[in-house]
Amino acid sequence: MDVYFFLAKAVIILLIFGITLLIATYSTYAERKVAAFIQDRLGPNRAGPWGLLQPIADAGKMFFKEDFIPANASKWLFIAGPSLAMLTACLTSCVIPFGGTLDLSFLGISELVPVQGIDVNIGILYVFGLVSLGVYGVMIGGWASNNKFSLLGAIRAASQNISYELAMSLSIIAIIMMTGSLSISQIVADQDSFYKWNVWRQPVGFIIFLVCAFAECNRTPFDLPECETELIGGYHTEYSSMKLGFYLFAEYINMFVSSAVISALYFGGYHFPGESLVAGLMPAGALGHNLLTLMGILVFFGKILFFIFFFMWVRWTIARFRYDQLMNLGWKSLIPLSIANILVTGVIILFLNS
Amino acid sequence: MQLTSRAKRVSNKKLSLGERLYLPAIVGGLGITIKHFFRKKVTINYPEEQRPMSSVYRGLHVLKRDEEGRERCTACGLCAVACPAEAISMVAAERKPGEEHLYREEKYAAVYEINMLRCIFCGLCEEACPKSAIYLQSDKLAPSFFDRSDVIYGKDRLVQSMETIKTAKSLKSGLTTSDRYVDKVFKDGKY
Repeated sequence: MDVYFFLAKAVIILLIFGITLLIATYSTYAERKVAAFIQDRLGPNRAGPWGLLQPIADAGKMFFKEDFIPANASKWLFIAGPSLAMLTACLTSCVIPFGGTLDLSFLGISELVPVQGIDVNIGILYVFGLVSLGVYGVMIGGWASNNKFSLLGAIRAASQNISYELAMSLSIIAIIMMTGSLSISQIVADQDSFYKWNVWRQPVGFIIFLVCAFAECNRTPFDLPECETELIGGYHTEYSSMKLGFYLFAEYINMFVSSAVISALYFGGYHFPGESLVAGLMPAGALGHNLLTLMGILVFFGKILFFIFFFMWVRWTIARFRYDQLMNLGWKSLIPLSIANILVTGVIILFLNS
Repeated sequence: MQLTSRAKRVSNKKLSLGERLYLPAIVGGLGITIKHFFRKKVTINYPEEQRPMSSVYRGLHVLKRDEEGRERCTACGLCAVACPAEAISMVAAERKPGEEHLYREEKYAAVYEINMLRCIFCGLCEEACPKSAIYLQSDKLAPSFFDRSDVIYGKDRLVQSMETIKTAKSLKSGLTTSDRYVDKVFKDGKY
């Protein structure tokens, strides 16, 4: 552990943070483009080539809007809400392994540097902890607005997140049992060949996790906390300017993070089919190692982008669930199903080990 | 009692397990949306691309001049009578000696106004005109206005400009597309 190691880590963390924000920014653009394409339209194409400057124009608009705080709102909490949502959203991506290790021996770093913010041995717990904190941003914002629609949205968000977090964690337990580790990098390392990807080994768990990820991100078909037709925007009814921007932006960061988590837990993270074949073709030494890691990073981002697209694809396909349907699905279907999944996984593990 | 052959019997049977799973239906829906994703887009990028307009489109009115540049309108008022929206009003005047190069007939419209808020662009004025003086251009739309005072179009904005007469080599090329359409219909005998 020398100074250079820490510097390399700092650069990686800054890069991850920057890329997270960049992808979240362009997710807003992609969302509008995907929506338009699915509806046989063209989408934003006026700001810059193919409308690529649209997110910047949107952000500029957000900044110049009046930053309004309602007279009867709890002022401090009203500001704390979006800040908390943004903070928790940004914190999550630091435990996700975006690639293998980098050999930086030419900089005098003897150790291999993993392309990951921090490799904590409870990575997956950290992610779940922060995701559950994220609902506080929505709850506080909705409550502080002193508006019935906002309060309803906040209540819905809270109950929805609590219900689906259960099923989500239970579906993860099966994977943790198989890997024997809570560290995400360990889970990714365990899926080093194509047939070992967890999506093949845990198909039911994957579907449960996917559905719960949609619910946790407040995305359609589970966008009840902010449904415009019923709650005129839900918890962010009273928000304007960049506070609203923070809420919307946090949603896209959450989408990026859940896509990354799905790819890491179920789709082999930075591993790709034929990796050992490519590794044999690479030049020996640090260069080959780093090239392979770079390819892994690109593959991982490809998977993440696919899942972000999948989130949008589903959004423009499925209608919103009713509240009772949402609760029925969560408590009566997903939770029993995930418990059954754990039992079956346990039995199989026991059978294979004996 | 069967009222129509298209009536559908409503079924309240319990959903089957496959239907209650939602997933097959969702996958089917995703298939439909992804098909639309790659389909040709219907949008026309308006200022750059423009939809072709019909040759018989009824756009902004024009008060025509004849081949020598004289106003054709004789202020008979038939267009105003024909107008179902009562958008046209005019004041007639007698042509003075020495004004023969300005007006084709002895009587002309000193004031000719069309209220563009009332006009419904039906083209009945064009049909009523015995002097082929008023036409609805097929290649020019009535512009939008932001002030009520811009709404009433007088002769200053209605009469065909002299430039189009000068550049026109013959009467025919000085005509609008709707004139040409009328000519063609008459020639083909399809009226």
